[in-house]
Amino acid sequence: METLTQEKLAEKFQAKIDADIKIEPNDWMPDTYRKTLIRQISQHAHSEIVGMLPEGNWITRAPSLRRKAVLLAKVQDEAGHGLYLYSATETLGVSREDTIDDLHSGKVKYSSIFNYPTLTWADIGAIGWLVDGAAIMNQVALCRTSYGPYARAMVKICKEESFHQRQGYEIMTTLMNGTEAQREMAQDAMNRFWWPSLMMFGPSDAESKHTEQSMRWRIKRHTNDELRQSFVDASVPQAELIGLKIPDPNLKWNEARGHYDFGAIDWEEFWQVVGGNGPCNKERIEARVKAKEEGEWVREAAMAYAKKHKS
Amino acid sequence: MSTNEWPLWEVFIRSKQGLNHKHVGSLRAADAEMALQNARDVYTRRSEGISIWVVQSALITASDPADSEAYFEPSDSKVYRHPTFYDLPDGIEHM
Repeated sequence: METLTQEKLAEKFQAKIDADIKIEPNDWMPDTYRKTLIRQISQHAHSEIVGMLPEGNWITRAPSLRRKAVLLAKVQDEAGHGLYLYSATETLGVSREDTIDDLHSGKVKYSSIFNYPTLTWADIGAIGWLVDGAAIMNQVALCRTSYGPYARAMVKICKEESFHQRQGYEIMTTLMNGTEAQREMAQDAMNRFWWPSLMMFGPSDAESKHTEQSMRWRIKRHTNDELRQSFVDASVPQAELIGLKIPDPNLKWNEARGHYDFGAIDWEEFWQVVGGNGPCNKERIEARVKAKEEGEWVREAAMAYAKKHKS
Repeated sequence: MSTNEWPLWEVFIRSKQGLNHKHVGSLRAADAEMALQNARDVYTRRSEGISIWVVQSALITASDPADSEAYFEPSDSKVYRHPTFYDLPDGIEHM
Protein backbone atom coordinates (compact mmCIF):
# COMPACT_ATOMS: atom_id res chain seq x y z
CA MET A 1 0.00 0.00 0.00
CA GLU A 2 1.30 3.46 -0.85
CA THR A 3 1.06 5.79 2.10
CA LEU A 4 -1.11 8.79 1.42
CA THR A 5 -0.17 12.19 2.75
CA GLN A 6 -2.50 13.84 5.27
CA GLU A 7 -3.46 16.34 2.60
CA LYS A 8 -4.44 13.63 0.11
CA LEU A 9 -6.42 11.81 2.79
CA ALA A 10 -8.25 15.01 3.73
CA GLU A 11 -9.08 15.60 0.08
CA LYS A 12 -10.46 12.09 -0.36
CA PHE A 13 -12.42 12.49 2.85
CA GLN A 14 -14.08 15.73 1.72
CA ALA A 15 -14.86 14.16 -1.68
CA LYS A 16 -16.70 11.34 0.11
CA ILE A 17 -18.64 13.84 2.20
CA ASP A 18 -19.55 15.84 -0.92
CA ALA A 19 -20.78 12.67 -2.61
CA ASP A 20 -22.95 11.93 0.46
CA ILE A 21 -21.03 8.75 1.23
CA LYS A 22 -21.29 8.03 4.96
CA ILE A 23 -18.16 7.94 7.09
CA GLU A 24 -17.84 4.75 9.18
CA PRO A 25 -15.89 4.21 12.44
CA ASN A 26 -12.62 2.81 11.07
CA ASP A 27 -12.43 5.12 8.05
CA TRP A 28 -9.77 7.81 8.02
CA MET A 29 -11.16 11.14 9.26
CA PRO A 30 -9.60 14.49 10.18
CA ASP A 31 -8.88 14.83 13.86
CA THR A 32 -11.13 17.87 14.17
CA TYR A 33 -14.04 15.98 12.52
CA ARG A 34 -13.60 13.26 15.15
CA LYS A 35 -13.42 15.80 17.98
CA THR A 36 -16.45 17.73 16.76
CA LEU A 37 -18.47 14.51 16.60
CA ILE A 38 -17.34 13.36 20.03
CA ARG A 39 -18.43 16.71 21.46
CA GLN A 40 -21.76 16.81 19.62
CA ILE A 41 -22.81 13.17 20.07
CA SER A 42 -21.79 13.00 23.73
CA GLN A 43 -23.59 16.27 24.42
CA HIS A 44 -26.63 14.78 22.75
CA ALA A 45 -26.32 11.58 24.83
CA HIS A 46 -26.00 13.56 28.05
CA SER A 47 -29.11 15.57 27.13
CA GLU A 48 -31.13 12.37 26.80
CA ILE A 49 -29.94 11.14 30.18
CA VAL A 50 -30.27 14.42 32.10
CA GLY A 51 -33.61 14.96 30.32
CA MET A 52 -35.04 12.04 32.29
CA LEU A 53 -34.75 14.02 35.54
CA PRO A 54 -37.35 16.81 35.05
CA GLU A 55 -39.88 14.30 33.71
CA GLY A 56 -39.07 11.60 36.25
CA ASN A 57 -40.09 14.18 38.83
CA TRP A 58 -43.76 13.62 37.83
CA ILE A 59 -43.93 9.83 37.39
CA THR A 60 -45.28 9.20 40.88
CA ARG A 61 -47.71 12.11 40.58
CA ALA A 62 -49.14 11.51 37.09
CA PRO A 63 -52.89 12.21 37.23
CA SER A 64 -54.01 8.77 35.96
CA LEU A 65 -52.70 5.26 35.39
CA ARG A 66 -52.75 5.90 31.62
CA ARG A 67 -50.65 9.05 31.96
CA LYS A 68 -48.26 7.27 34.30
CA ALA A 69 -47.74 4.32 31.94
CA VAL A 70 -47.13 6.76 29.06
CA LEU A 71 -44.67 8.88 31.03
CA LEU A 72 -42.78 5.79 32.19
CA ALA A 73 -42.50 4.55 28.61
CA LYS A 74 -41.30 7.96 27.46
CA VAL A 75 -38.64 8.24 30.16
CA GLN A 76 -37.49 4.69 29.38
CA ASP A 77 -37.14 5.70 25.73
CA GLU A 78 -34.93 8.64 26.73
CA ALA A 79 -32.65 6.22 28.61
CA GLY A 80 -32.50 4.06 25.48
CA HIS A 81 -31.68 7.07 23.32
CA GLY A 82 -28.88 8.03 25.67
CA LEU A 83 -27.49 4.49 25.34
CA TYR A 84 -27.62 4.46 21.51
CA LEU A 85 -25.74 7.74 21.52
CA TYR A 86 -23.11 6.67 24.08
CA SER A 87 -22.45 3.63 21.85
CA ALA A 88 -22.10 5.92 18.83
CA THR A 89 -19.65 8.09 20.77
CA GLU A 90 -17.60 5.03 21.67
CA THR A 91 -17.16 4.13 17.99
CA LEU A 92 -14.97 7.26 17.76
CA GLY A 93 -12.46 5.78 20.17
CA VAL A 94 -13.38 7.31 23.53
CA SER A 95 -14.35 5.27 26.56
CA ARG A 96 -17.86 5.49 27.94
CA GLU A 97 -16.63 6.10 31.44
CA ASP A 98 -14.49 9.08 30.36
CA THR A 99 -17.45 10.46 28.42
CA ILE A 100 -19.67 10.28 31.48
CA ASP A 101 -16.98 11.77 33.70
CA ASP A 102 -16.76 14.73 31.31
CA LEU A 103 -20.44 15.42 31.98
CA HIS A 104 -19.94 15.22 35.73
CA SER A 105 -16.91 17.52 35.74
CA GLY A 106 -18.79 20.08 33.61
CA LYS A 107 -16.34 19.74 30.73
CA VAL A 108 -19.12 18.73 28.36
CA LYS A 109 -22.60 20.30 28.45
CA TYR A 110 -26.10 19.02 27.88
CA SER A 111 -29.12 20.85 26.50
CA SER A 112 -29.75 23.92 28.66
CA ILE A 113 -33.53 23.31 28.61
CA PHE A 114 -33.18 20.60 31.28
CA ASN A 115 -31.97 23.16 33.79
CA TYR A 116 -35.51 24.48 34.14
CA PRO A 117 -37.75 22.95 36.82
CA THR A 118 -41.02 21.07 36.20
CA LEU A 119 -43.34 22.88 38.62
CA THR A 120 -46.75 21.56 37.53
CA TRP A 121 -48.23 18.63 35.59
CA ALA A 122 -48.75 20.98 32.63
CA ASP A 123 -44.96 21.25 32.37
CA ILE A 124 -44.92 17.59 31.33
CA GLY A 125 -47.30 18.52 28.52
CA ALA A 126 -45.19 21.52 27.51
CA ILE A 127 -41.99 19.45 27.53
CA GLY A 128 -43.44 16.68 25.37
CA TRP A 129 -44.98 19.09 22.90
CA LEU A 130 -42.39 21.90 22.73
CA VAL A 131 -39.11 20.46 24.00
CA ASP A 132 -39.47 17.12 22.22
CA GLY A 133 -40.91 19.01 19.25
CA ALA A 134 -37.79 21.16 19.06
CA ALA A 135 -35.57 18.12 19.56
CA ILE A 136 -37.34 16.25 16.74
CA MET A 137 -36.88 19.22 14.39
CA ASN A 138 -33.16 19.00 15.07
CA GLN A 139 -32.98 15.20 15.02
CA VAL A 140 -34.87 14.70 11.76
CA ALA A 141 -32.22 16.87 10.12
CA LEU A 142 -29.50 14.77 11.78
CA CYS A 143 -30.81 11.52 10.25
CA ARG A 144 -28.81 12.59 7.18
CA THR A 145 -25.64 13.50 9.08
CA SER A 146 -22.38 12.29 7.53
CA TYR A 147 -21.23 9.93 10.31
CA GLY A 148 -22.89 6.52 9.88
CA PRO A 149 -23.36 5.44 13.52
CA TYR A 150 -24.78 8.85 14.47
CA ALA A 151 -27.18 8.87 11.51
CA ARG A 152 -28.40 5.34 12.30
CA ALA A 153 -28.99 6.21 15.97
CA MET A 154 -30.95 9.28 14.85
CA VAL A 155 -33.22 7.28 12.56
CA LYS A 156 -34.15 4.98 15.42
CA ILE A 157 -34.59 7.88 17.85
CA CYS A 158 -36.82 9.85 15.48
CA LYS A 159 -39.12 6.85 14.99
CA GLU A 160 -39.54 6.58 18.75
CA GLU A 161 -39.83 10.29 19.51
CA SER A 162 -42.93 10.93 17.45
CA PHE A 163 -45.13 9.56 20.25
CA HIS A 164 -43.35 11.79 22.76
CA GLN A 165 -44.53 14.97 21.10
CA ARG A 166 -48.06 13.67 20.60
CA GLN A 167 -48.47 12.66 24.23
CA GLY A 168 -47.35 16.14 25.31
CA TYR A 169 -49.77 17.86 22.97
CA GLU A 170 -52.54 15.56 24.19
CA ILE A 171 -51.86 16.64 27.80
CA MET A 172 -52.03 20.30 26.75
CA THR A 173 -55.24 19.71 24.76
CA THR A 174 -56.89 17.97 27.71
CA LEU A 175 -55.96 20.81 30.06
CA MET A 176 -57.21 23.43 27.58
CA ASN A 177 -60.55 21.59 27.43
CA GLY A 178 -60.73 21.56 31.22
CA THR A 179 -61.52 24.09 33.95
CA GLU A 180 -60.35 27.68 34.06
CA ALA A 181 -57.61 26.69 36.54
CA GLN A 182 -56.41 23.93 34.19
CA ARG A 183 -56.29 26.32 31.23
CA GLU A 184 -54.27 28.78 33.32
CA MET A 185 -51.88 26.01 34.31
CA ALA A 186 -51.34 25.07 30.66
CA GLN A 187 -50.78 28.70 29.64
CA ASP A 188 -48.33 29.19 32.51
CA ALA A 189 -46.30 26.16 31.36
CA MET A 190 -46.37 27.54 27.80
CA ASN A 191 -45.13 30.92 29.07
CA ARG A 192 -42.19 29.35 30.90
CA PHE A 193 -41.15 26.82 28.23
CA TRP A 194 -41.61 28.77 24.99
CA TRP A 195 -38.44 30.88 25.05
CA PRO A 196 -36.14 28.17 26.47
CA SER A 197 -37.44 25.88 23.68
CA LEU A 198 -36.38 28.43 21.05
CA MET A 199 -32.96 28.59 22.73
CA MET A 200 -32.56 24.81 22.29
CA PHE A 201 -31.48 25.39 18.68
CA GLY A 202 -28.38 27.15 19.96
CA PRO A 203 -26.87 30.56 19.23
CA SER A 204 -27.89 32.47 16.13
CA ASP A 205 -25.93 31.62 12.97
CA ALA A 206 -23.86 34.79 13.24
CA GLU A 207 -22.71 33.76 16.73
CA SER A 208 -22.36 30.01 16.24
CA LYS A 209 -18.69 29.17 16.05
CA HIS A 210 -19.13 25.56 14.90
CA THR A 211 -21.84 25.93 12.28
CA GLU A 212 -19.80 26.72 9.19
CA GLN A 213 -17.33 23.83 9.51
CA SER A 214 -20.07 21.42 10.60
CA MET A 215 -22.12 22.30 7.53
CA ARG A 216 -19.11 21.67 5.26
CA TRP A 217 -18.61 18.26 6.85
CA ARG A 218 -22.35 17.65 6.65
CA ILE A 219 -22.48 16.87 10.34
CA LYS A 220 -25.16 19.54 10.43
CA ARG A 221 -27.49 19.82 7.45
CA HIS A 222 -29.35 22.99 8.51
CA THR A 223 -28.27 26.03 10.51
CA ASN A 224 -29.59 26.83 13.99
CA ASP A 225 -31.69 29.73 12.73
CA GLU A 226 -33.26 27.68 9.91
CA LEU A 227 -34.34 24.99 12.34
CA ARG A 228 -35.59 27.54 14.88
CA GLN A 229 -37.73 29.18 12.19
CA SER A 230 -39.22 25.81 11.16
CA PHE A 231 -40.06 25.13 14.79
CA VAL A 232 -41.84 28.47 15.24
CA ASP A 233 -43.76 28.00 11.99
CA ALA A 234 -44.88 24.53 13.03
CA SER A 235 -45.75 25.39 16.64
CA VAL A 236 -47.78 28.58 16.27
CA PRO A 237 -50.80 26.97 14.53
CA GLN A 238 -50.64 24.08 17.03
CA ALA A 239 -50.89 26.55 19.93
CA GLU A 240 -53.70 28.49 18.28
CA LEU A 241 -55.72 25.34 17.61
CA ILE A 242 -56.13 24.64 21.32
CA GLY A 243 -56.31 28.28 22.44
CA LEU A 244 -52.79 28.73 23.88
CA LYS A 245 -51.16 32.11 23.46
CA ILE A 246 -47.50 32.40 22.39
CA PRO A 247 -45.81 34.68 24.96
CA ASP A 248 -44.28 36.95 22.34
CA PRO A 249 -45.86 40.35 21.52
CA ASN A 250 -43.74 40.60 18.37
CA LEU A 251 -44.92 37.34 16.86
CA LYS A 252 -46.69 37.85 13.56
CA TRP A 253 -47.08 36.19 10.18
CA ASN A 254 -44.86 37.71 7.50
CA GLU A 255 -46.59 37.21 4.17
CA ALA A 256 -43.55 38.23 2.13
CA ARG A 257 -41.19 35.75 3.85
CA GLY A 258 -43.80 33.04 4.21
CA HIS A 259 -42.69 32.63 7.84
CA TYR A 260 -43.58 33.96 11.27
CA ASP A 261 -41.49 36.87 12.55
CA PHE A 262 -40.72 36.56 16.23
CA GLY A 263 -39.20 38.69 18.99
CA ALA A 264 -35.58 38.79 20.10
CA ILE A 265 -34.29 35.90 22.20
CA ASP A 266 -32.76 36.78 25.57
CA TRP A 267 -29.29 35.40 24.86
CA GLU A 268 -28.03 36.67 28.20
CA GLU A 269 -30.35 34.16 29.87
CA PHE A 270 -29.17 31.42 27.51
CA TRP A 271 -25.48 31.97 28.30
CA GLN A 272 -26.22 32.21 32.01
CA VAL A 273 -27.97 28.84 31.97
CA VAL A 274 -25.31 27.22 29.75
CA GLY A 275 -22.67 28.63 32.08
CA GLY A 276 -24.13 26.79 35.05
CA ASN A 277 -26.40 29.44 36.56
CA GLY A 278 -29.82 28.10 35.52
CA PRO A 279 -32.40 27.21 38.16
CA CYS A 280 -31.48 23.49 38.33
CA ASN A 281 -27.94 23.05 36.94
CA LYS A 282 -26.43 22.05 40.26
CA GLU A 283 -29.26 19.69 41.16
CA ARG A 284 -29.09 17.91 37.78
CA ILE A 285 -25.36 17.19 37.93
CA GLU A 286 -25.57 16.18 41.59
CA ALA A 287 -28.27 13.65 40.71
CA ARG A 288 -26.09 12.14 37.96
CA VAL A 289 -22.96 11.98 40.13
CA LYS A 290 -24.95 10.39 42.95
CA ALA A 291 -26.37 7.76 40.59
CA LYS A 292 -22.88 6.88 39.39
CA GLU A 293 -21.31 6.74 42.83
CA GLU A 294 -24.11 4.79 44.46
CA GLY A 295 -24.17 2.30 41.58
CA GLU A 296 -20.44 1.65 41.77
CA TRP A 297 -20.68 -1.38 44.06
CA VAL A 298 -23.41 -2.91 41.88
CA ARG A 299 -21.26 -2.61 38.77
CA GLU A 300 -18.27 -4.08 40.60
CA ALA A 301 -20.32 -6.95 42.01
CA ALA A 302 -21.75 -7.77 38.56
CA MET A 303 -18.23 -7.85 37.10
CA ALA A 304 -16.94 -10.05 39.94
CA TYR A 305 -19.88 -12.42 39.43
CA ALA A 306 -19.23 -12.57 35.68
CA LYS A 307 -15.53 -13.38 36.24
CA LYS A 308 -16.34 -16.07 38.77
CA HIS A 309 -18.82 -17.81 36.47
CA LYS A 310 -16.66 -17.64 33.37
CA SER A 311 -15.60 -21.16 32.60
CA MET B 1 -11.24 2.74 37.08
CA SER B 2 -11.57 1.94 33.40
CA THR B 3 -10.44 -1.61 34.11
CA ASN B 4 -13.75 -2.06 35.89
CA GLU B 5 -15.72 -0.95 32.86
CA TRP B 6 -18.07 -3.65 31.61
CA PRO B 7 -17.09 -5.14 28.25
CA LEU B 8 -18.68 -3.92 25.02
CA TRP B 9 -21.07 -6.23 23.14
CA GLU B 10 -22.42 -6.03 19.60
CA VAL B 11 -26.12 -6.74 19.19
CA PHE B 12 -27.72 -8.55 16.23
CA ILE B 13 -31.47 -8.91 15.84
CA ARG B 14 -33.65 -11.14 13.66
CA SER B 15 -36.66 -8.94 12.99
CA LYS B 16 -38.85 -11.81 11.81
CA GLN B 17 -38.74 -15.48 10.95
CA GLY B 18 -37.04 -16.00 7.58
CA LEU B 19 -34.69 -13.01 7.79
CA ASN B 20 -31.03 -12.79 8.84
CA HIS B 21 -29.88 -11.39 12.14
CA LYS B 22 -28.76 -7.84 11.48
CA HIS B 23 -26.38 -5.62 13.45
CA VAL B 24 -28.32 -2.91 15.32
CA GLY B 25 -25.79 -1.40 17.73
CA SER B 26 -23.80 -2.11 20.83
CA LEU B 27 -24.03 -1.95 24.60
CA ARG B 28 -22.07 -2.65 27.76
CA ALA B 29 -22.77 -5.58 30.07
CA ALA B 30 -20.88 -7.63 32.64
CA ASP B 31 -21.67 -11.01 31.02
CA ALA B 32 -23.54 -12.62 28.13
CA GLU B 33 -26.78 -13.08 30.04
CA MET B 34 -26.88 -9.42 31.07
CA ALA B 35 -25.98 -8.40 27.52
CA LEU B 36 -29.01 -10.32 26.21
CA GLN B 37 -31.34 -8.76 28.77
CA ASN B 38 -30.01 -5.27 28.12
CA ALA B 39 -30.27 -5.82 24.37
CA ARG B 40 -33.93 -6.70 24.81
CA ASP B 41 -34.58 -3.52 26.82
CA VAL B 42 -32.48 -1.19 24.69
CA TYR B 43 -33.14 -2.48 21.16
CA THR B 44 -36.54 -4.21 21.13
CA ARG B 45 -38.98 -1.93 22.97
CA ARG B 46 -41.30 -1.88 19.94
CA SER B 47 -41.37 -5.48 18.71
CA GLU B 48 -38.27 -5.01 16.55
CA GLY B 49 -37.23 -8.60 16.92
CA ILE B 50 -37.93 -12.24 17.68
CA SER B 51 -34.34 -13.34 18.27
CA ILE B 52 -31.17 -11.67 19.58
CA TRP B 53 -27.47 -12.51 19.27
CA VAL B 54 -24.86 -10.76 21.38
CA VAL B 55 -21.12 -11.04 20.69
CA GLN B 56 -18.31 -9.43 22.62
CA SER B 57 -16.93 -6.68 20.40
CA ALA B 58 -13.35 -7.67 21.18
CA LEU B 59 -13.96 -11.08 19.56
CA ILE B 60 -14.84 -9.66 16.15
CA THR B 61 -12.17 -9.59 13.44
CA ALA B 62 -12.86 -6.95 10.82
CA SER B 63 -11.34 -6.04 7.48
CA ASP B 64 -9.49 -2.73 7.34
CA PRO B 65 -11.32 0.00 5.38
CA ALA B 66 -7.94 1.30 4.19
CA ASP B 67 -7.42 -2.03 2.35
CA SER B 68 -10.88 -2.17 0.84
CA GLU B 69 -9.74 -1.33 -2.69
CA ALA B 70 -7.19 -4.13 -2.84
CA TYR B 71 -9.57 -6.42 -1.03
CA PHE B 72 -12.73 -6.00 -3.05
CA GLU B 73 -11.62 -4.66 -6.41
CA PRO B 74 -10.80 -8.11 -7.89
CA SER B 75 -14.46 -9.08 -7.81
CA ASP B 76 -15.43 -5.88 -9.67
CA SER B 77 -13.23 -6.85 -12.60
CA LYS B 78 -14.74 -10.32 -12.99
CA VAL B 79 -17.85 -9.27 -14.83
CA TYR B 80 -18.24 -12.79 -16.27
CA ARG B 81 -19.58 -13.82 -12.85
CA HIS B 82 -22.80 -11.99 -13.70
CA PRO B 83 -25.47 -13.38 -16.06
CA THR B 84 -25.68 -10.14 -18.06
CA PHE B 85 -22.12 -10.75 -19.37
CA TYR B 86 -23.29 -13.43 -21.82
CA ASP B 87 -24.63 -12.95 -25.36
CA LEU B 88 -27.65 -15.07 -26.12
CA PRO B 89 -29.71 -15.38 -29.32
CA ASP B 90 -32.99 -13.43 -29.43
CA GLY B 91 -36.10 -15.33 -28.52
CA ILE B 92 -34.54 -17.69 -26.04
CA GLU B 93 -36.77 -18.47 -23.07
CA HIS B 94 -36.48 -19.91 -19.55
CA MET B 95 -32.82 -18.96 -19.11
